[in-house]
Amino acid sequence: MGASQTHSAYKYQDLMTKTGFSLEQIKNLHYRFRQLSENNETLSRENLENIKDLADNPIKKQIVEAFFDKRNQHQNEMGSFEEIGFEQFVMVMSHFRPPTPKMTEEEKLAMRKDKLHFLFNMHDSDNDGKITLEEYRKVVEELLSMSGDIEKDTARGIADAAMLEVASTNVPNMGPDDYYEGITFEHFEQMFKEVEMESRMHVRFLDVDTRTIHCGSSTS
Amino acid sequence: MPSRTGSHSPTGFGRGLPERGLLLLAVLVLLEGSVLPLGAASSPDISHQANSDSHKKADGGHNITKKAFPVLSLDYQHIHIPFEISLWVLLASLMKLGFHMIPRLSSIVPESCLLIVVGLLVGGLIKLAGEKVPPVLNTQLFFLILLPPIILDAGYFLPIRPFMENLGTILMFAVVGTLWNAFFIGGLLYAVTQIQPANPSDLHSLELLPCLLFGAIISAVDPVAVLAVFEEIHINELLHILVFGESLLNDAVTVVLYHLFEEFSSEGTVTVMDGFLGLISFLVVALGGVLVGAIYGILAAFTSRFTSHMRVIEPLFVFVYSYMAYLSSELFHLSGIMALIACGAVMRPYVEANISHKSHTTIKYFLKMWSSVSETLIFIFLGVVTVDGPHSWNWTFVVVTVILCLVARVIGVIGLTFVINKFRIVKLTTKDQFIIAYGGLRGAIAFSLGFLLEKNHFPKREMFLTAIITVIFFTVFVQGMTIKPLVELLAVKKKQEAKRSINEEIHTQFLDHLLTGIEDICGHYGHHHWKDKLNRFNKKYVKKCLIAGERSKEPQLIAFYHKMEMKQAIELVESGGGAKLPSSMPSTVSMQNIQPKKPPPAKSADRTLLQIPKGREEEIRKILRSNLQRTRQRLHSYNRHTLVADPYEDGFSDIIKKRRLMELEKKIKEMSNYLTVPAAASDSPTMHRARLSSDPQSYGVKPATDNVPTIQVDLASPQSPDSVNVMDEFGRGDQEEDQGLMMKPPSGHKKPGEAEGAREQQKLTRCLSDPGPGGDEDEDEPFLP
Repeated sequence: MGASQTHSAYKYQDLMTKTGFSLEQIKNLHYRFRQLSENNETLSRENLENIKDLADNPIKKQIVEAFFDKRNQHQNEMGSFEEIGFEQFVMVMSHFRPPTPKMTEEEKLAMRKDKLHFLFNMHDSDNDGKITLEEYRKVVEELLSMSGDIEKDTARGIADAAMLEVASTNVPNMGPDDYYEGITFEHFEQMFKEVEMESRMHVRFLDVDTRTIHCGSSTS
Repeated sequence: MPSRTGSHSPTGFGRGLPERGLLLLAVLVLLEGSVLPLGAASSPDISHQANSDSHKKADGGHNITKKAFPVLSLDYQHIHIPFEISLWVLLASLMKLGFHMIPRLSSIVPESCLLIVVGLLVGGLIKLAGEKVPPVLNTQLFFLILLPPIILDAGYFLPIRPFMENLGTILMFAVVGTLWNAFFIGGLLYAVTQIQPANPSDLHSLELLPCLLFGAIISAVDPVAVLAVFEEIHINELLHILVFGESLLNDAVTVVLYHLFEEFSSEGTVTVMDGFLGLISFLVVALGGVLVGAIYGILAAFTSRFTSHMRVIEPLFVFVYSYMAYLSSELFHLSGIMALIACGAVMRPYVEANISHKSHTTIKYFLKMWSSVSETLIFIFLGVVTVDGPHSWNWTFVVVTVILCLVARVIGVIGLTFVINKFRIVKLTTKDQFIIAYGGLRGAIAFSLGFLLEKNHFPKREMFLTAIITVIFFTVFVQGMTIKPLVELLAVKKKQEAKRSINEEIHTQFLDHLLTGIEDICGHYGHHHWKDKLNRFNKKYVKKCLIAGERSKEPQLIAFYHKMEMKQAIELVESGGGAKLPSSMPSTVSMQNIQPKKPPPAKSADRTLLQIPKGREEEIRKILRSNLQRTRQRLHSYNRHTLVADPYEDGFSDIIKKRRLMELEKKIKEMSNYLTVPAAASDSPTMHRARLSSDPQSYGVKPATDNVPTIQVDLASPQSPDSVNVMDEFGRGDQEEDQGLMMKPPSGHKKPGEAEGAREQQKLTRCLSDPGPGGDEDEDEPFLP
């Protein structure tokens, strides 16, 4: 397997520069990818939805969709894939890397913008560049979906109040006939200006080859 | 003593408020100083008099001379202990008041310093009067009475999320840092005392173990001092929680080290076995303390589940259970501080879901009050015992101690941060490190521990005490006073005062779920996964046990939303109702602006209800309110002539609500024509309950009887959508002041409403859960019968 190893290292070089992961991390992710896709070349939505641990997650659908969203691939495309390959998988994962200490201020800002875009895309399902009231309501409903019998009105009330708040902070002086179309990306950014997104939105990626110590798989 | 002379020279400056404050302080200090000797002096007098009385009586057995009935007598002995205690507490509180009347002083000098100075004054006065200073800072008083309120206050209001996120860092600083400090200081002190200078001082007799013990005592960062100083400088949350958390958690280390060295200093040697046992002891002390605290916390939470009928004693349970936790862990020599923190932190989410709003306020204020008084007393007592002594000043020892404390702290922080930063995502910068090192203040705990030492085991006890006091003074005065300007100078990030908004809450939760999901996809169980599991366990099992009634199922987002609504409503009421908008929404944006332009067809009817621009809403509210006031005045003038004096005045708001209720019922009936709301609105349990549980007056369906003066409220015509919405706001606003925190999700008996009618009812039902001033006992009854 020596040849394929060097070949894969070469292949991964490209990914490494694009996403910033280390070789070890990419190898681990690849292993996981093969696990999830049952050794196929591509991953489909069913593969992800079958993960047992995700079953209790209220926003499972959105998370799965995010992997298939073309906007997260940074290719300026829109729409969604039917199936994704390993490259796309890693691209999505790269949004969750923590900032490295060697990053400059601009790089950190770029990373933060990147992550916020990811979040924004998750909410803006019809891809018109803003989160409308309906979409926001859907977000709140999804969040509360696992919490038992929730009145639709409560969810709506919360979403409305939140939307009102965003509108008031960003466009304080609207006349009675003006219409606030939705949360644009700038307003969205504004919501998070106190939060250090680049550090909060991260997942620890393993550096160590865990193939030998990986305890159980979570798919069939 | 500038303050004293200042107040004694009335000429020269006008009698402004600060001067009056100073005069008051001085008078009280004098009073305090004079009462105590008086107490001591009068007791022999009384006893003397009693003796002479009885002597006279025995004498006058033959010839009964009637002595005068003592109209006024002085019996100080009878009350002297509570009296002195009260006097101390009063002194402490008046001092606190006084300092804030002198604005410039309180911004330069932290309160703790001023209080120590006052203590010095009082101690000096007492000494001058020739009396013995009462042993105010003895360990019983300090550890059992003065310390617990402060720690409970800190633990109950501990911000859990940042604490848990930084737990690793905090533990590193607390455990490893304190150990490092103790051994470094103790060891180097011993080395210094072993140096043979030209004229050998009696430091030689100091052995290693007492030095290490001294190091252990002096190395611990003190929570009281840290709280006192950090509270005034408002640094960002991360630094605050790091230093404060460290000061709390190092208690376990201190306790173990103290006992370890104390035990073995009598024997003289420490073996490896002892070291190992010490380590085990540390785990037992720390984890045992937390366990004891958690058990009591759960008990308190469980008890609070049943207090819905006895709201008045709810705060008592919180305090007593916590105190019991502290005492129980002190019983086993476990870490009492950790027990208190664990107890407060564990019980808080459940207790707050169960208790009424007023109890919550009571708990908050009592804790703040007690901890404030305690802190003040502690600092004053520090001053008093400083004057008292006994002191044994040794230049070398003291100076070396102070220097070593500083050096050890700096090296410790730098070294630990180097290691910790490898594991942290948000690294600690140099500025952060500096503040952490500089914020390592020592305080009264160190002194009390030193006070506890026995003289026969530790011949150098007085020297230790002197050194401890010097270090305390140095850290509190020098570091305490300079930390504020340094924070400004270094431009350290300050605490953000932003209120938590609903958006933040939504997105925090969303992010949590997202990160958990990504971790699951990645396949490895990071800390998001475990946090999520814990939350789910909490929701599924624990909350059901510990939270009463419907609240146990309420998701966090909804609970937060209700709390926010409550707050806004209270703000609205407090701001005079409509006179000025609540500060959170200083804009003209209203629901109308964000509704989609093409409403989905099924719901076209209800959209119309929400389209009042905020400006008009305010107008309408103003009109309503001014009318209400006019009618109130009219009612007053009728009082003498009609029989409906007070009862109606009290139930006045009730009448209005009932009126509105009727109009609303009419309105809902109308609406049910186009919407699919069950037309049983008038017979819904809520209306029923309102009728039954209202005040003793009969529910007059036509309140416009002859008894009651007609209420001219200029409502917009009942048919218009405006009135409905506004009335709700108004009615709700009125209710909110009395209502306990019993916002149930409006589920259950109502059919899942899809229409505005249901929403109106939902708003109504929230109003009606409080039957008004007449129904005070029923105030916090759970909404669903």
